[in-house]
Parts: sequence; structure tokens; C-alpha cells
Amino acid sequence: MNALQGDLGWSQVGKEPVLKAILGRFPYTLELALYALFPVVGVGIWLGVKAAVKRDKFLDHFIRIVAIIGWSFPDFVFGLLVLMIFYSVLGWFPPGNLSLWAEQIVKSPNYLKVTHLLTIDALINGRFDIFLDALRHIVGPVITLSFLWWAYLLRITRSSMLEVLSKEYVRTARAKGVPERDVIHKHAKRNAMIPVVTVAGAMVIGLLSGTVIIEVIFNRTGIGQLAARAAVELDYATVLGTTLFYSIILVLGNLIIDILYAVFDPRVRLS
Amino acid sequence: MSEPKPRSEFRRMMRKLLRNPSAILGFSLLAFFVLVAIFAPYIAEPVNPQMLDENGKPMRLDNPYIMPVITWSSEPIPPSKEHPFGMIQGRDIFYGVVWGTRTAFYIGLTVTLISTAVGIVIGSISGYYGGWIDEILMRITDVFLSIPFLLAAMVLTTILGNGLDKVMIAMVVFGWMGAARLIRANILQVKEEQFVLAAKALGIKDFFIILRHILPNTIFPVLIQASMRMGSLVITAAGLSFLGLGAPLGYADWGSMLNFTRNWILGTSGSSMTYWYAVFYPGMAMVLFVLAWNLVGDALRDVFDPRLK
Repeated sequence: MNALQGDLGWSQVGKEPVLKAILGRFPYTLELALYALFPVVGVGIWLGVKAAVKRDKFLDHFIRIVAIIGWSFPDFVFGLLVLMIFYSVLGWFPPGNLSLWAEQIVKSPNYLKVTHLLTIDALINGRFDIFLDALRHIVGPVITLSFLWWAYLLRITRSSMLEVLSKEYVRTARAKGVPERDVIHKHAKRNAMIPVVTVAGAMVIGLLSGTVIIEVIFNRTGIGQLAARAAVELDYATVLGTTLFYSIILVLGNLIIDILYAVFDPRVRLS
Repeated sequence: MSEPKPRSEFRRMMRKLLRNPSAILGFSLLAFFVLVAIFAPYIAEPVNPQMLDENGKPMRLDNPYIMPVITWSSEPIPPSKEHPFGMIQGRDIFYGVVWGTRTAFYIGLTVTLISTAVGIVIGSISGYYGGWIDEILMRITDVFLSIPFLLAAMVLTTILGNGLDKVMIAMVVFGWMGAARLIRANILQVKEEQFVLAAKALGIKDFFIILRHILPNTIFPVLIQASMRMGSLVITAAGLSFLGLGAPLGYADWGSMLNFTRNWILGTSGSSMTYWYAVFYPGMAMVLFVLAWNLVGDALRDVFDPRLK
């Protein structure tokens, strides 16, 4: 009953009410998920189409092998490897959200917080150094989060593209002399996107749940880290609260996907 | 003159499977892991070299799945002759990787079998009877699907109290929906076939119709799906152990071994790959294990389901 009024109880881990703890950390997780989503969708679909067009050529085999290995990598193993190579050896991408000096500036009262997303806020404040610092900290987690999912998306795109390319209307288009580029990008790709949009639901779940482990590995503030710490410390109120929050986002995500479905497939709109 | 048809069909499938290079790689990797799991007591003897019995020989461990503490220094120690994979938290990594194979098979097979069985029962009831039973069961499935798997497993594990068995219960509770949906869809198709109607007309009980006539005709896709899920289940279980929810401290489990490593890596900026072995060996074991199942599942799907390619 209290949950309906927004009272999710007291979070022992966050030392504040659960709802406040979640909302305060949400921008960090959202920023991570957004930065991961775009490379996944862009690269995954692009490579999937490439692999399908060059079927059984070297490129196709190469992409498929990398994809199946990527899909077999547990995210925490991959994350530890990224951390080891890019932080321990090269020192490029440190863990955490911000460096200490940047954190102090961000926490100071006259620093404008409009979106609460670290990189965007830094640009709004005109602090390019903070922007770069935030970016440096987010690259590692984004690589980890996106690598696994583009492998998945690539496989779906490839098989769906192959199916479409064997359809009659593609043959018709080729027979009447439509340039190959247009056949692939206008006739085939749009139709091949339909199953891809369907699995986007699974991808949203994956990206969100993925943040739990990735925020722990890279020591980032966020809902995932909150949930993981609460689970280890048996803080039930926080665990239930974060799960409820994730489920709500999941349902919203599925709703958006249903709408996108109609955008990609006019047949859904008409029926 | 010639062999009966189903037999030769099976042979044709097997031949096709054996011609697929990724299938061969998958099956050989799997065979390797099975051998390691079976012969674990001979590959890594379950003895504690620190404790000698009256004959001066190392004592056997009561529970071989708890990795013996060899030294009290918790810092990772690089690979040496006695400890080819190095040591972490005073424990031999080689020992943990070998015995962890058993843990991985145990978790993966148990959870997959039970959750698939639950899925088959629920999906069969739902698909065969239809109507309001179907409606209720499918809405329950939707509710279970609306919680992200990792988080759901995390919550239930926390509520039950942490531990490996609790992780497995949680993964079964939130892992049956895929099989249920698949078997339901297949049953809806098969239900209208002549042989089912014939069996009904003969007055055979529903239970036997499902068990003897429908399931044998719908089970293959479910088995393929199950083999493809093995990999991700093992990843999730290891992930929970990595977060500290699964296996207890020092248990021979790949996920909890990597948990030891995390703090050492976070603490070392700019220094070279000092602790690489502590991530590499347990991590590679897990990647290869999951890869094996994914390759096998992929190959089975390609061979038995020509529609998907």
C-alpha cells in the first residue's frame, strides 16, 4: 500500500529513503545505458547487414566467429579484462564516475545541474575538462556493456536479412535493374528490421541487468551498484525497490518497442 | 532391403552434424570438460598439503569442493611449478578451475533440467486445454517475464538467504517461461493433427495423449533451446557468485574465484598485468564452457530446424 504512494521504505545501504536513493542514482545508470545503446544498435545492425550480403565469404565467417565468441563472454570476465588492459596496463580508462578534482567541482553549489547526466551537464556548464573526464570514466563500462549485445543483435540481423534476401520481391527488384545498394538498403533492410525490433525487448532487459554487474566491476555509482550492495547486505527494502524500478522501466521499454514496431511495419498500423 | 526410415533419417542428421566444423569444435570442447569433471580427483588431488596425517602424507579433504587454503598470504602469487595457474587468497587456482568444472556442470544441468521440465508441464497444460486455463497460465508467465532475470534471481536468492542451492532455486523459479511458451505454441499446432484426434476418439486419457503422442512430436525445439540456455545459465550463476550471493567463500566455483580478483585489479593503476593469471584462467574456463554449449546448440538448431539458418 505504501509502495503505491511512493514510500518504498528506508534503504540501509543508501542511508536515505529507497525512492530517493534510486532516483538520485538513476541518471548515472541511464547515462551508461544510453551510451551503450547507440553503438550496439548502430554497429550491430551495420555488421549484420554486411555479413548477410557477403554470405559465406571471409568477412561473414570472421564476423560470425567474433560474434559467437562475444556472446559466450560473461560480462564480468570481459569487464575485468577491459579493466586490466585499459586501466592497469595503459592507465587510460579509470574506474569510478569522475576523478576526485572533477567530483569536487560537480558537487559545488554553483555548478548547474540540468539533466543530471554528467557529460551533458559538463557541456552545459562549459567545462570541457570535466566532460572529457566523465567520458574517460564511461568508456570502459560502455565497451563491456555493448560488446556482448552487439554480438546478439548482429546474429539476429544477419539471419533475418538472409531470409529477406531470398524473397521474391528482392529478386523482382534485382530483375528490373534496381541498383544493388538500393535493393539492400531500401527493399531488404527495412523488412529485415522487423524481427530485430522484436528482440530489442530482450536487449533492453539485458542492458539494464548488465548494469548491475558492470557498475560493480567499474565501481560506478548507479542503481545497479545499489542493488548489488543491498543484495549482499540483505537490505530487502532496497533490493525490492530497485527490482520494482527495473521492472517498470522494462514495461515502459516494451511499450516503446511496440510503438517502434508500428513505425517499421505499416501492416501493424493498419490492422 | 533398406533400413527403416527413422533410423536412416537419424544417420543423415548425424552425418550433417559431423560435417559442421563449429559443431565438432563444440562437441570436442564439451567432451574435454566432461573428462575434466569426471577425472577431477585425479587431475587435482583433493588433499591439503598443509595438514599431514600420522604417516606424513597430506590429509584428504572432507569436502573436495572447498578449496584448501595453502598459504595465509592473500595476495595473488604468480604461476609456479607446483601451482601452474598461480594462487589467489592462499588458494590454488588450478585446483579451483578443475573442481569448478564439476560445479558448472552441476548448476547448469540441474537448473536446465528442472526448469525445462517445469516449463514443459505448464506449457503442455496451457496449450492442450486452452480456454481460461491457458489464459491464466500465460498471464502468470507474462508476470514472471516482466522482471529482469538477473535481478529476479538476485532478489529471490537474497530472500532465501545466500548460497549456491538458493541461487539454483531462484534460477529455476525464473527460468521456466521460455520452455513453457515454446511447448505451448508447438502443442497448439500439433493438437489439431489427425493422430491426436484419433487418439482422442479411441478414448485415451489426456495425460497419455500429451505424454505419448504430443510431446515426442514437439520436444526437439525445446531440447535445442535448453542446450542454448545452458551457457547463459552458467553465466548468470557465476555472476551471482561474483557479486558474492552464490557460492560460499573458497568454494570451487569460477564466479567466486573471479570475485577474489576484483579488488586486486581495482587497486593497481599503471602497473603492468601483475595479476593476469587470476583473471585469465578461471575466465577462460568459463568462456570456453559457455562457447561449447553455444556452438552445440547452434549446430543442433541448424541441423534439426532447416527453417532457421
